Amino acid sequence: MNVRNTEEKKIKKGFILAVFIFISILSFFISMSNGAVKISFKEIADVLFTESSSVNYQIIWNVRLPRTITAALVGTCLALSGAILQGIMRNPLAGPNIIGVSSGAGLMTLIVIILFPNYYYLAPVGSFTGALLSTLFIYFLAWRDGAAPTKLILAGVAVSSLLSAGNNIIMTFYPDKVSGVIGFMVGGLSSVNWKQVYMIWPYALTGIVLLMLLPNKLNILMLGDESAVGLGLNVEKTRFIFIIISSLLAGAAVSVAGLLGFVGLIVPHMTRLFIGSDYRYLMPATIFTGSATVLLCDTLARVLFAPVEIPVGIIMSALGAPFFLFLLRRKGEY
Amino acid sequence: MDISVERLSVCYGDKEVINNINFQINSGDIVTIIGPNGSGKSTLIKAMSRCMKPSNGNVFLNKHNINRINTKELAKSLAISPQVKNVPSDISVEELVSYGRYPHLNMLNRLSIKDNEIIDWALEKTGLEELRKRLVFTLSGGERQRAWIAMSLAQKPKVLLLDEPTTFLDISYQLEVLELVKELNKTLGITVVMVLHDLNQAARYSDKIMVMNKGKLYEFEEPCKVINKSLLRNIFGIDADIYNDEINCCPYFIPKKYSAEPRGQQYD
Repeated sequence: MNVRNTEEKKIKKGFILAVFIFISILSFFISMSNGAVKISFKEIADVLFTESSSVNYQIIWNVRLPRTITAALVGTCLALSGAILQGIMRNPLAGPNIIGVSSGAGLMTLIVIILFPNYYYLAPVGSFTGALLSTLFIYFLAWRDGAAPTKLILAGVAVSSLLSAGNNIIMTFYPDKVSGVIGFMVGGLSSVNWKQVYMIWPYALTGIVLLMLLPNKLNILMLGDESAVGLGLNVEKTRFIFIIISSLLAGAAVSVAGLLGFVGLIVPHMTRLFIGSDYRYLMPATIFTGSATVLLCDTLARVLFAPVEIPVGIIMSALGAPFFLFLLRRKGEY
Repeated sequence: MDISVERLSVCYGDKEVINNINFQINSGDIVTIIGPNGSGKSTLIKAMSRCMKPSNGNVFLNKHNINRINTKELAKSLAISPQVKNVPSDISVEELVSYGRYPHLNMLNRLSIKDNEIIDWALEKTGLEELRKRLVFTLSGGERQRAWIAMSLAQKPKVLLLDEPTTFLDISYQLEVLELVKELNKTLGITVVMVLHDLNQAARYSDKIMVMNKGKLYEFEEPCKVINKSLLRNIFGIDADIYNDEINCCPYFIPKKYSAEPRGQQYD
């Protein structure tokens, strides 16, 4: 009886996961087919699997494919990073851009891009360092005596504005390079090519693999610090490992897509509504919902005012900010 | 399993909340820690459960220093039920109880048939079989406390530490929880250490009572030797008449009035 019912639950959650995977794959093709030139699914398949030298071949291989892969990876990284932060801080309002983790990553990326343009490939490393430093800073500032949601948000606001002061200093001293980083500040994928794909994938993959090994620990952590200690979890160490993984993921995403807001906040919540808070299912599900969300929003950003393309960050913020306010009013039962 | 505490001191920042205490708890006993607010009761149980590091001294479980041995290994014999707990809104009773098996799982974290049997056993022992599919979120206070105790039980512990298991519960739920604790102690031989606020309940359900005052161990004895007029006046600041409960074989008292004697100083 017991076993069978759990099996039922497993099947139900497995089915939801399968739906998410399907949506994610569908989003991948929607992203590939839409843009300045519309390319049918069949042509995409032709171009991907058979050698060709048509115009569509050029578009798919040089423009759409790298951009689509990057969008998917960015979505996955940000959403996972948010899911972890919400878990370890047991705070429904935590998300990489809310609590200032993204701004930390952004400042360091900006420093690399503007001050050391020759070392652009180090942007993810800088971004990761920035994300890690700001997470640790906020963690010690707000968490140590039990982080109430509002306290965490306020600490995030303070840290974010401090970091944007840093951004502004750089932009003041290098006005000639500002126009190139506007897209970065809003969060966009318009200038993405294979370079960005090569830059982000090792970090993204490392983060995802590490994470898939540890979902049970997050479940235990959700029971409260003392209960987790009682069950034999080394709470401080575990939380530190998760902070590092989440910074790695947020850093990787920011280094290529800039300060793309709200993905890390909304996606884990939406996913949780469907599949529940068990991290063994939530983590894999978030990979697919995260990528699908950014893929669809990025497609929207390309076609909404075509031929003019708007940064995907604007779409995300337009959808995300109302959602954030909704959460704030609802006061998470977490 | 014997617990021994040697020269234990615990600080919050610079403030010493527990000051150099020593005691030994025998295997199979129910020990209740009592004391006024801020006397260091909860801090003591946190130090005994490795949730707080001592600033000095040690806590030993069967001669093993609890802050030295592998924490997961320790969780196989020491279970705790803290005061502040958190439960995700969509978790069922049996899922919560299954987390009790965490310290016993290997790297793959799969529940074996034996693990599932132990989960069933823990549900049965705590009378939760009927409620196993219910969400913990929807349970009454007493049922929820039982679910957490079932989780601890699934760890198959030799020692169970409970920090204020009856706080915020109605009187019937308080008794329900304490009866359960007593039964687990009698039938399974689990050593129990808990913090209670109700002194009459402490006297009724404990083999020994530990009185904390101003971060020091004031007394550690059997209930009939502990509950007396001078203790109630000196430590708790009340005047009371003390009677003998012949049915339950324990002392009980009826407070008469607040006495103006100085009480334990405030720590937290």
